[in-house]
Amino acid sequence: MNKQGNTYTFLYASIMVIVVAAVLAFVSETLKPMQNKNVEVAKKIDILKSVGIESDAKTAEDLYAKSIVATKVINMSGEEVNGVDAFTVDLSKEVRKEPKDRNYPLYVCKTTDGEKMIIPLRGVGLWGPVWGYISLDSDGNTVYGAVFDHKGETPGLGAEISKEFFQTPFKGKTIFDKSGSFTSIKVLKGTNSEGNPHAVDAISGGTITSNGVSDMLDECLRGYEKYLKK
Amino acid sequence: MSDKEPLFSAKNRKLITNPLNAQNPITIQVLGICSALAVTAKLEPAIVMSISVMFVLVFANLLISLLRNTIPSRIRIIVQLVVVAALVILVDQILKAFAYEVSKQLSVFVGLIITNCIIMGRLEAFALGNKPWQSVLDGVGNSAGYGVILIIVAFFRELLGSGTLTLPGLGTLQIIPEAFYELGYVNNGFMILPPMALITVGIIIWVQRSRNNDLIESN
Repeated sequence: MNKQGNTYTFLYASIMVIVVAAVLAFVSETLKPMQNKNVEVAKKIDILKSVGIESDAKTAEDLYAKSIVATKVINMSGEEVNGVDAFTVDLSKEVRKEPKDRNYPLYVCKTTDGEKMIIPLRGVGLWGPVWGYISLDSDGNTVYGAVFDHKGETPGLGAEISKEFFQTPFKGKTIFDKSGSFTSIKVLKGTNSEGNPHAVDAISGGTITSNGVSDMLDECLRGYEKYLKK
Repeated sequence: MSDKEPLFSAKNRKLITNPLNAQNPITIQVLGICSALAVTAKLEPAIVMSISVMFVLVFANLLISLLRNTIPSRIRIIVQLVVVAALVILVDQILKAFAYEVSKQLSVFVGLIITNCIIMGRLEAFALGNKPWQSVLDGVGNSAGYGVILIIVAFFRELLGSGTLTLPGLGTLQIIPEAFYELGYVNNGFMILPPMALITVGIIIWVQRSRNNDLIESN
């Protein structure tokens, strides 16, 4: 057959595409369970980290099963939603809905310090999504710990939100003021946050990411307001 | 075959050693710079990236070389792209399944191996016109040349930028002792920003040229 002819070229391209598609589909299907498992484990590591429990890929499953004593999904009016598994709620989809239509997942974790509530967060940074988990004491007001991560913030600047020095100051802050109205926790420039129970220091050079974290906290925690006040 | 030559004849060895030095894809041909900037803030992603590029380049070279007499020349670039893209997706899937942490760090850059000029360049310039074994050697040589530079750059960037070295399997090792920090030593945050990768590559090119007179243009 003429190797430069149209027929040969078309045949060649078609067969090549079919072979490649078959190989890739097979590999993808074979590895899918392991990949999903990795994503789950990474999520469990993050959840545990927000209450200060360190774990790795090997120990996360066990620790999670031991520490997380309950999960629930609530709605904006603070009522429990039945029939939805908190762990499988995809926040990236939820945050696109109207606040009143969203599912708000909540994890209850038993720690050496008593029971904590863990609230997942998701928002927008400079280059892509930022997310995290914040844990509250049983009073539903005082922050016990927080952990943040991001898809692709600038290394050394915005990406620092995943470092401890940024996350530790959240501990002990409160999300309601003395009169009981919702204030969230602001991420502020400079040293404004000193002595302010509702603010932490932002990262210099990472303003947009810092604001993203601030907005994320406000937006996500607001949905839990009614539930936490109960 | 009358012209059968040993697997590692002098000519074949050159295919591996040349790209390490006088024909280095990054410092001499200045290809693949984009990924060299992006994944060298820490040592571990740089190592994984080098291995991934080696895997893709060796197999792409081999496949294209095996197919070289059947590929219709009018769609040869498309065929090359399909082969490279398929291999890259394989690498990405395998990393996601077996090295999830690393795949998170490399994120989009694994996918961008497809656009790494070194790979298309070697396929077009070498694999299309040479036998499979030579093509494999060429792939090993060029990806090693790429990897060596990546690892050197990442070594200095992580050491000076974070004071640590991250090795696969060993985790993050603190290299600069705490005592230094207490005496007032501060990590150079500039090192982990992309511009410093370019400057580091520039310094490597400078050192290499000053040691090898053949590389200096006559004018």
